[in-house]
Amino acid sequence: MNPQLLWLIPILPFAGFLLNGTIGRKLPRALVATIALLFTLAPALIVVQLWLFMKSDGAPLALSVVSCPWIAVSGFSVNFAFTVDHLTLVMLGIITGVGFLIHIYSVSYMAHEEGYWRFFAYLNLFMFFMLVLVLASSFLLLFVGWEGVGLASYLLIGFYFTKDSAANAGKKAFIVNRVGDFGFLLAMFLLIAHYGSLDFNTIFASIAASPLTGGLFTAIALLLVLGATGKSAQIPLYIWLPDAMEGPTPVSALIHAATMVTAGIYMVARCHILFDHSPAALTVVACIGAATALFAATIGLVQHDIKRVLAYSTVSQLGYMFLACGVGDYSAGIFHLMTHAFFKGLLFLAAGSVIHALSGEQDMRNMGGLRKRIPITFWTMSAGVFAISGIFPFAGFYSKDEILFDTFTSPNHLHILLWLVGLVTAGLTSFYMFRLWFKTFFGTPRFDEHTAHGPTHAPDLHAAHLAAVHASKTSTLVLEAEPEPTHTAHAHGVHESPWLMTLPLVVLAILSLIGGWVGIPEALGGHDEFKHFLSPVFNAGLDIAANPQHFLMERVDAGISLLVALLGAFIAWYAYCYKPGTAAALAAKYRRLYSLVDHKFWVDEIYGRFIITPILVVSRLLLNGLVDGGIIQGSASSLAASTRGGGWLVRRIQSGNIRSYAGWLAAGAAVVIAIVLFSHHTLPH
Amino acid sequence: MVPIAYYLVLAAVLFCIGIAAFLIKRNVITIFMSIELMLNAVNLTFVAFAHMWHQVSGQIFVFFVMVVAAAEAAVGLAIIIALFRVRQTLNVDQVDLLKN
Amino acid sequence: MNFDPIILTLIIATPLAGAILLAFIPEKEGSKTHAIGALLISLFTLLLTLHLPAHFNYHAAPRTFQFEQNLSWIPSPNIRYHLGVDGLSMWLIVLAAFLAPIGVLASWNVISTRTKLFYTLFLLQQVAMLGIFAALDLFLYYGFWELSLVPITLLIATFGRTENRRRAAIKFFLYAFIPSAILLVAILWLYNLTGTFDLPTLQALALSHHLAATPTALLLCSIAFLVAFAVKVPVFPLHGWLQDAVAEAPTAAVMVLAGKLGLYSILRFSFGIFPDQSRHVAPVLIALGAIGIVYGSLIALIKTDLKKLAAFSTLAHASFVILGIFTFTIIGLDGGVFQILNESLIGAAFFVLLGLLYERYGTYDMRDYGGLATRHPWMVTMFVITVLAAAGLPMLNGFVGEFLILSGSMQSIFAHHIFWTVLAATGVIFGASYLLWMIQRVFYGKLGVRPEEVRGWDLTAREHLELWPFAALFLLMGIASPFWMRAIDTYGAATAGKVVEIAPGWYKNTETNAYTVNNQELGRWCLDHPGGCRVSIGFHVAASKEAR
Repeated sequence: MNPQLLWLIPILPFAGFLLNGTIGRKLPRALVATIALLFTLAPALIVVQLWLFMKSDGAPLALSVVSCPWIAVSGFSVNFAFTVDHLTLVMLGIITGVGFLIHIYSVSYMAHEEGYWRFFAYLNLFMFFMLVLVLASSFLLLFVGWEGVGLASYLLIGFYFTKDSAANAGKKAFIVNRVGDFGFLLAMFLLIAHYGSLDFNTIFASIAASPLTGGLFTAIALLLVLGATGKSAQIPLYIWLPDAMEGPTPVSALIHAATMVTAGIYMVARCHILFDHSPAALTVVACIGAATALFAATIGLVQHDIKRVLAYSTVSQLGYMFLACGVGDYSAGIFHLMTHAFFKGLLFLAAGSVIHALSGEQDMRNMGGLRKRIPITFWTMSAGVFAISGIFPFAGFYSKDEILFDTFTSPNHLHILLWLVGLVTAGLTSFYMFRLWFKTFFGTPRFDEHTAHGPTHAPDLHAAHLAAVHASKTSTLVLEAEPEPTHTAHAHGVHESPWLMTLPLVVLAILSLIGGWVGIPEALGGHDEFKHFLSPVFNAGLDIAANPQHFLMERVDAGISLLVALLGAFIAWYAYCYKPGTAAALAAKYRRLYSLVDHKFWVDEIYGRFIITPILVVSRLLLNGLVDGGIIQGSASSLAASTRGGGWLVRRIQSGNIRSYAGWLAAGAAVVIAIVLFSHHTLPH
Repeated sequence: MVPIAYYLVLAAVLFCIGIAAFLIKRNVITIFMSIELMLNAVNLTFVAFAHMWHQVSGQIFVFFVMVVAAAEAAVGLAIIIALFRVRQTLNVDQVDLLKN
Repeated sequence: MNFDPIILTLIIATPLAGAILLAFIPEKEGSKTHAIGALLISLFTLLLTLHLPAHFNYHAAPRTFQFEQNLSWIPSPNIRYHLGVDGLSMWLIVLAAFLAPIGVLASWNVISTRTKLFYTLFLLQQVAMLGIFAALDLFLYYGFWELSLVPITLLIATFGRTENRRRAAIKFFLYAFIPSAILLVAILWLYNLTGTFDLPTLQALALSHHLAATPTALLLCSIAFLVAFAVKVPVFPLHGWLQDAVAEAPTAAVMVLAGKLGLYSILRFSFGIFPDQSRHVAPVLIALGAIGIVYGSLIALIKTDLKKLAAFSTLAHASFVILGIFTFTIIGLDGGVFQILNESLIGAAFFVLLGLLYERYGTYDMRDYGGLATRHPWMVTMFVITVLAAAGLPMLNGFVGEFLILSGSMQSIFAHHIFWTVLAATGVIFGASYLLWMIQRVFYGKLGVRPEEVRGWDLTAREHLELWPFAALFLLMGIASPFWMRAIDTYGAATAGKVVEIAPGWYKNTETNAYTVNNQELGRWCLDHPGGCRVSIGFHVAASKEAR
């Protein structure tokens, strides 16, 4: 195939963005959706072709295209250059495939929202940057995608910008990500200073040839990790992701579950040569991953907002992927990344379908008994819940099991502890996911049939929406203000979603079931094709045949993790289905603990109190008040005052009286004459 | 022969009288006369030195000064008359239209 | 016909002739004659400046000038009418000419009285700027430099926004004028030393160490140059005038107030005539640059007045340039010069947008705004694009500059460079914070107090015309930076020279023969003994080489 086709993969969504972003306002909704879908489908087709090509015999290990320089100064330059290897191929498949499905879903989900064109423009913009991110063949180009997806995320989280909480969440996401980017940037500066390049191949070749050791190298790796913790929502920078649920649900599914947040894992995997040479950094990655997985899972236990449960679950699962990378098994991390994209995308979309059915209700305390009312959503979501909980034979079982087993057998001296943390997290995950499942679909309905009829997903937006329509009528530019024909059709109680929404659910549910089968380890009778597929990237030249001595251990491990998952599910059933009062009783008994977890360990408040407030106080009082107001302005005004004082003194001489001038003149002349006369004797000749 | 110093002292005295009058007097005609006095003091030095060095250029300068002084007297007196017509005074301190 | 030798004179003379012409056209109430005239003249100037990039020779020898015109003006003292550009000034001239028509458009309705005075002063300001960028004779340059102070002071004093305008104008004038006077003394001292005002000659003398004066005297002279320019930039902590002047000045004036003139002068004259001395003070300036970035961003974070926020944002962006150019690395110098272009464009777009808001709602207080995004979809689009360029989003121009500057800073060989780089890099966090917070407070959320009282309108055709060139340039300069960098790099590579490490921690610039020490104690000693440093370390190194 023609490698130049690679350019089209990101450029097509960008074209879609430009079209919808500029003239989309004036186009009918159907056309906007068609544009967005076509410009997402086309790259997906190219990726399929690319995949077939890379699978064929005699295909190169990597496909590269290079274009004109982007930044060029003497001694340093960066080109626009893309490379596709097997890792990129997996990412491309996930992004274009899941991305396309979520686009389809959005067509129907967003049908009643103000700013339809804006939504799809942003979504296509996101696709563009995400594809650039995975295609990039240098750190700098990766950073372009990295920042770009952050921008798209900012715009989409703040999609309902009239709502303060949404605008805040968008800003928070961008700024917290910037903290991570700060680390990423510094890492790049150090790389430039020491390798003179940002090209992956150049740098990795230099590292492989003569490994740098010592603090500097660890510093580079750790700064990259800081970047990854920002984008992939890990401790200490995970705080933006739960708030990001302010965005529309398809956005949560695409950006904050399936693709963007995995960029950090992708980056770590991409730089695996660098991390392999820095065991200290890898240990940090593993510890961050394990800690985040456990920490987020505990918070997820007590959340009531259905999307927030999923958000904390995402943070927790990303922790798993970090853990996998940290113990050096990058392909397991990518494997979990892929299955997670399937089942978490599915879970978010299904949650969106539930929210859609209840017309904007997100609180699980106001749900229940929906099993019969929205059967397709129920069945597909069940697949997602089973998959994430690690129930055999769903996708999550295989990927999670591989991570746990690799952690257990890793040479890291903390491996037992990390494995235990992973196992406990698996149990917690299973518990809160089944809690969600039972609370949403089983038991007695707790929602009010009559209030559930609004067409949009953000009921409190109605006033602002009307105001906007009103304003648009009077302003020079016409926003879409046509009456929505489907409005009345939706004006009845709980309902199953239209087929455009359920179709992606079904596809993703199937993938959540069978998606893990490509990575069945040999111990469980498979061939671990996924690992072999990625081996050119991660284990070039290494023998990755599984060790038969470990088969028994792996089977035991799989059995334990399955048992733990079932235990979690059982407890959830007991507490929320069999005896529904149990959880409340427990919460009342351990009120302190419950309140601590319920308030998310007060992390946001701690950050606010100890970082943001001090910065603002220092800026206001010390910098603005003392330094700028006091010293700098003060010295300026004292300069002005002394000038004025001097002027006042000298002005007295300029009286305007000619005779006084003449007097000064005469006096001056007398002084000059006196000097000439009397200094005559003192001056040397 | 009178020594040169005598001329110079006389000229200096005349010049200082001129300056003092210029600074002290308020009548514009007196001020005018004091300027003439200063010019003549300078003329005296010119002539004295010309005589001493036997050079004619000093004398020529004196003629120049006298011509200028005459022209100045003509213009100056005309201005004074015009001023008197407008302000009915010759006191310079009362002629302060441009001030303030 | 070959325009090359006279093109610079034409470029400077066009707005000058325009200013004289406008001064003779009588002013009528409500007439747009002067605005149209100024627009046509500035557009014609822009057209003329485009001759420069079209005919620029990228392969010229380093430190040579193009489009030169060198005539004797006054034989004694030897003052010449010497104009010329190189990679540094070429795009700056185009930039200055590009901003002029936009400045006129931005003043179109805002300036309704005394238009003759306004546009005449505006064009005079233009003359001064173009002259500064083109002049190669110190005396001629100084004339333009002083000329640049007067129109802007008068513009602030006459067309300022509040009653505070006179004070702001005087403050600006005093801040700029007093160091300029010292600059004049320094220029005359140099003439006394060398007998020439000609920059290329002085540059050659400096490079070959033929400036026959004591090192202390040279250092003092270089500091006189530097301070005069640093005030105009402004460099922290010399920014006392900025806040008031920015807050008062009309949009067209504020666009040229800060940044490029001072920064260009540092690059051309401080670095040109005092290469060694500039390297001696570089650690201090790097520190001030890094501090300025963080300081400006943090204060911008707490300002509620949009214009004051923009003033401190300007300080932060100018500090980026200072940081970059004083690293004396190619990458830092290139990035710094590129960032001058970015900073001017982004700042100008930002001030134009603020002007549009003020035109509609009559206030710069953010607390009175809110929820404008639904009402002005195009305006919020342009605001967000500008803010993203300012915050350094990749694919927009700000990123290229900031990235190169910071990585240059990481590469530099001066003491504590890593610390200052890290500090400066926190600027990317704070920068995004105050900009996004501003966007949120003005455009998102519920409708604010002022917008509820006053009915605004979205961008008009003229306003689109003002803003879209900016947006297009942000994107173009972000993805096709080599187009601009090619010329800039010829300057950057020549100025940075080739630095080689001759002994651990000791570096030598093989082109300027300047020695630099990456060692705290020695570095400080060099600062204290600017004279002894070069010589004694030179000996020392030679000795250590022999020992090997």
